[in-house]
Amino acid sequence: MRISRPTPRTRHHSSSESESVVAGQAPAVELRGIVKTFPGVVANDGVDLTVERGEIHCLLGENGAGKTTLMRILYGLYQPDEGTIVLNGKTVTISSPRKALEHRIGMVHQHFHLVPTLSVEENIILGLDEGPSPLLHSRRTRAKIRDLAKEFGLEVDPQAKVWQLSVGQQQRVEILKALYRKADVLIMDEPTSVLTPQEVSGLFGTLRSLVDAGLTIVFITHKLDEVMQISDRVSVLRKGTIVGTVHTSETDKRTLARLMVGREVVFRVEKPLVERGAVVLSVKDLHTTNDRGLKALNGISFDLYASEILGVAGVSGNGQHELSEVLTGLRRAGHGQAVLQAQDLTHCSAREIADLGVAHVPTERIRVGTVPSMTIRENLLLKRYRQAPFSRWGFLNDTAAKTHAEGAMQEYSISAPHDGVAAKLLSGGNIQRLVLARELCGDPALIIAAHPTYGLDVGATEQVRETLLQQRSNGAAILLISEDLDEILQLSDRILVLFEGEIMGVLPADQADPNEIGLLMAGSRRQEVVT
Amino acid sequence: MNWESWVIATFSRTLAYGTPLLLATLGEIYAERSGVLNLGVEGMMVIGAFAGFAVAHSTGNPWLGVLIASVVGGIFSLIHAFASITLRANQVVSGLALTMLGLGLSGVLGRRFEGWPLLHPLEEVTVPGLSRIPVLGPILFDGQNVLVYIAIALAIVLWYVLYRTRIGVSIRAVGEDPATADSLGVNVARIRYLCVFVGGVLAGMAGGYLSIAYRPSWTDGMTAGMGWIVIALTIFAFWNPLLGLVGAYFFAALFHLSFRLQAWVAPEILKAMPYALAILVLIAVSRGTLQKRMGAPSALTLPYRRGEE
Amino acid sequence: MRLLSRIHVERRTTPPAWVVVSVSVGAIIAALLVAGIFFRAYGISPLRAYGDILRGAFGSRLGITETIRRAIPLLLIGVGLTVAFRALFWNIGAEGQLLVGAVAASGIALFSGLPGALLLPAMFIGGFLAGAAWGIIPAALKSKLGINDVITTLMMNYIAIYIVEWLIHGPWKGPTMRGFAYTDPFPAAAVLSTVGDTRIHWPTLVIGIAAAIIAYVLVKRTRAGFEIRVVGENPHAAKYSGISHVKVTLLAMAFSGGMAGMAGVGEVAGIHHMLLGPANVTGGYGYTAIIVAWLARRNPLAVIVTAFLFAVLLRGGDVIKVSLGLPFQLVNVFNGLILFFLIGSDILMRYRISFDRKERRAA
Repeated sequence: MRISRPTPRTRHHSSSESESVVAGQAPAVELRGIVKTFPGVVANDGVDLTVERGEIHCLLGENGAGKTTLMRILYGLYQPDEGTIVLNGKTVTISSPRKALEHRIGMVHQHFHLVPTLSVEENIILGLDEGPSPLLHSRRTRAKIRDLAKEFGLEVDPQAKVWQLSVGQQQRVEILKALYRKADVLIMDEPTSVLTPQEVSGLFGTLRSLVDAGLTIVFITHKLDEVMQISDRVSVLRKGTIVGTVHTSETDKRTLARLMVGREVVFRVEKPLVERGAVVLSVKDLHTTNDRGLKALNGISFDLYASEILGVAGVSGNGQHELSEVLTGLRRAGHGQAVLQAQDLTHCSAREIADLGVAHVPTERIRVGTVPSMTIRENLLLKRYRQAPFSRWGFLNDTAAKTHAEGAMQEYSISAPHDGVAAKLLSGGNIQRLVLARELCGDPALIIAAHPTYGLDVGATEQVRETLLQQRSNGAAILLISEDLDEILQLSDRILVLFEGEIMGVLPADQADPNEIGLLMAGSRRQEVVT
Repeated sequence: MNWESWVIATFSRTLAYGTPLLLATLGEIYAERSGVLNLGVEGMMVIGAFAGFAVAHSTGNPWLGVLIASVVGGIFSLIHAFASITLRANQVVSGLALTMLGLGLSGVLGRRFEGWPLLHPLEEVTVPGLSRIPVLGPILFDGQNVLVYIAIALAIVLWYVLYRTRIGVSIRAVGEDPATADSLGVNVARIRYLCVFVGGVLAGMAGGYLSIAYRPSWTDGMTAGMGWIVIALTIFAFWNPLLGLVGAYFFAALFHLSFRLQAWVAPEILKAMPYALAILVLIAVSRGTLQKRMGAPSALTLPYRRGEE
Repeated sequence: MRLLSRIHVERRTTPPAWVVVSVSVGAIIAALLVAGIFFRAYGISPLRAYGDILRGAFGSRLGITETIRRAIPLLLIGVGLTVAFRALFWNIGAEGQLLVGAVAASGIALFSGLPGALLLPAMFIGGFLAGAAWGIIPAALKSKLGINDVITTLMMNYIAIYIVEWLIHGPWKGPTMRGFAYTDPFPAAAVLSTVGDTRIHWPTLVIGIAAAIIAYVLVKRTRAGFEIRVVGENPHAAKYSGISHVKVTLLAMAFSGGMAGMAGVGEVAGIHHMLLGPANVTGGYGYTAIIVAWLARRNPLAVIVTAFLFAVLLRGGDVIKVSLGLPFQLVNVFNGLILFFLIGSDILMRYRISFDRKERRAA
């Protein structure tokens, strides 16, 4: 395992064998005018990116900026709507990952493309057509794998089954997979999000030896420290376009954060001045793990007051999702406590928490928040069907349900011919109104709202925000989780920044500088918590 | 009662009865390994049995009968393959429909063949020399059917293919994580079709063995639920052909012993054991790591469609 | 996806009821047409064959009553299956649940020593409980351990079959039966009354129809039914709203198993009046009922119709055995073909071909 090398600039000059940014050599990868849209969203809006051979090029940006989409296009998982890809000076079409690999482009995804029950060796050769023999020639393959592994510090046992490996080791297998197929461009999508600090330095050592051996690396990340540590150049994406490409040695974290987050004047919704009330939710030293068994929340503590919106800022994957799940009974807490007024929520079930008056507006409004095949009326009852007047002696009271539904549809402007329409026929905005109508009826004391305006059009977005502010005026305590920093800035009274499961800082919103928040979100600096 | 001759007779009969179990199980293992549950085994076996008998009876050539039995089983399985893979229909229902169809068709078409003995059944062979080895000789090499040896050979070959060749890696990948396999260029549908077809061919062969070698005759429903034991066996064998070999003979032994030990143990207990054991196996592997080591292919019964993430 | 420039094929949202019904009817007709080919191959006119079937089912008093009595177990089991399917539980084990219900009934009839008037109610209750227990075991295995429901229910079928075999050959072998593997006949008080001289054991029929109505009300209008539907239609939303997957699955399977168990009671107490070999007791009803429930699109009330339809086919099988010399197995050919065409038609209903280019995106 290699020792940490000095800063990029020095390395650049000192390494003679690695191809550098010397004129005359075509760039390894050129993306010209890439446009990619999904229904309702422009993910890439005319992106031009040049990656020189032999460099480590970072793609920096928040979630939704378009980094992963862009690289997936390069890897053949998506096809661009417009634009061209030029590799080493030649225009190519990459119609599938297999084609990408043929063009020597490999990708290590955030969620590994590995088959857990197969061995390392089997995963590496899966789909490879290495000649007439159907046999595995294991000894030869394993020797080859071992050589590659040793050369780049990627030691792993070729015969081990993937499920037996640690996440860091699995990542090595993903890298080896690309190397075995002679990739000379390696795309890495947020690779350190699943690694321990030691594994991170191991990875960086590997990346440097790969570059020394002639590879080109594109490194997607949202963490500024990493960018400064490992990259030669960095391109910042924001809302689907590249807002700047700089040499890492010529920039600093502040500048990058500013590029990442933008300096547009945020249109501030007139937030009524409201006195905040008593503590509603008290979280102490909360720990929990994510689905992979890794630490998602690492001892966070904060208080949430009535008539306040606490915005949780941070790039997705830093513990926000797990936080919302623990607070709504969908995930077990390892350690620590969450107390709602006088009740200990920590180990309550989802049903008990809902009964206590906690509203949950989930991230996935269709997949989790509704039953698409059921009617509006039935969806509105999803949490309250057990209570009077909606059910009596086990029977559902249809009249009460209908009246309630009609009232809700009016109050929340759910647009549909009548309440018997199936939820799956509604637009995204109407579905969210449905969810809000359901969650907010009964004046909940605590509202957990996760990405409430994601994917909604302007009108629906405004409406949702108005609704949240209304609830705030009525005394609700709101935990707002969002990747949209503008939204957090507009709506929150205080802002809490989560990074790698820890609180980086809690600031009052009216004094918050977006760039500073950007720095916190990117793991840069810790701050005094403002209560 | 000569102890030795008792053992020889028991094991010898076990080999004979275990052969159709083994053949059909090998086929089902391949189908399920690629992610397709095929509940139509019973139907494929019985229609293979009928077709094989019909051909062997009419032409007097037992080997032709076995061949046709296998082919018919294979073709039949393609119906299920089409429904499950291309149409992405519910695999449980499709498999059940196939079984009903197989039982029905063979029962109707086989009417006129009932009661006819097969004049030229598949011969039993006695290997000179080898059959003189004490104990093992008479069991393995005296009066056994060639298909018995073919079945054992197939078990070994199919194990090798599954674990030691590239296509075996692809098959296992497709059954565990078709999305990953697809992204690496593996043709998921083609592999699944192939495996289901192999399942059909082997099930048909098993049925042919029943009507041409084991009990050279045709009766309506002569498979008598053997197809369902195969489903149990596949689990019991942890989807591994060599364990399938052991399991098939084990279940066959249980079946055979249920008759021999009637005076001491109610035969139904031994006959029910394969099914109970399958459930116990499933419970045992339901926990975490064991599930990964030996559990069912993760994509079993789930149709695959390439979608944008 | 576009075929030609003006033809769109897109995923349909929910097909309206008339589409569902007409496509289902179409599937059945298609299946029967294909079956007709087999008749041709035997030199029999399909028209004559189907004529015989219809006449056999409706043309005589015996025909109608026999059809009705065959519909009874299909009705009971089918209703139970619609509830299980709604909770996304693949209950292939109705055969076994029927058998243990029959076993419980037989045990009570022959050995419980209860006074006459209590016998039949006890048999029905016992049959329901036995079937429910048989259904709960695979349900618990699935909801707690994630074990595949198809396989466990299938295996339990065979365990039940061998339990019955053991009983009728062993401890319960009827001394008066001269060596046949049956139990003794039930005492008169344990025999269900029938309509006149037919074989329609009407108490079971009444239970069946009542069950269909109860199941419909349960599913559509009760809390439990609501929970079952949520679990079946979106398990993620069920978890999110605090509905217990375990409780719902157990409840649904207790009901489904219990219904099959009661069908078993009906068969032994109403038709055979003793416990026979498993194949004779179940007559494949447990599997046929799957198609009955499938065709009814999981609507318990519709089961009344579909059960009757398949009873016609079963009766038809009996009839043409005699009139045309074709084996009863032909019914399996019908069943298999109908099921395949139903599957195919389901796929057809998932898509819709439209001829305009209107974007169906809601604002």
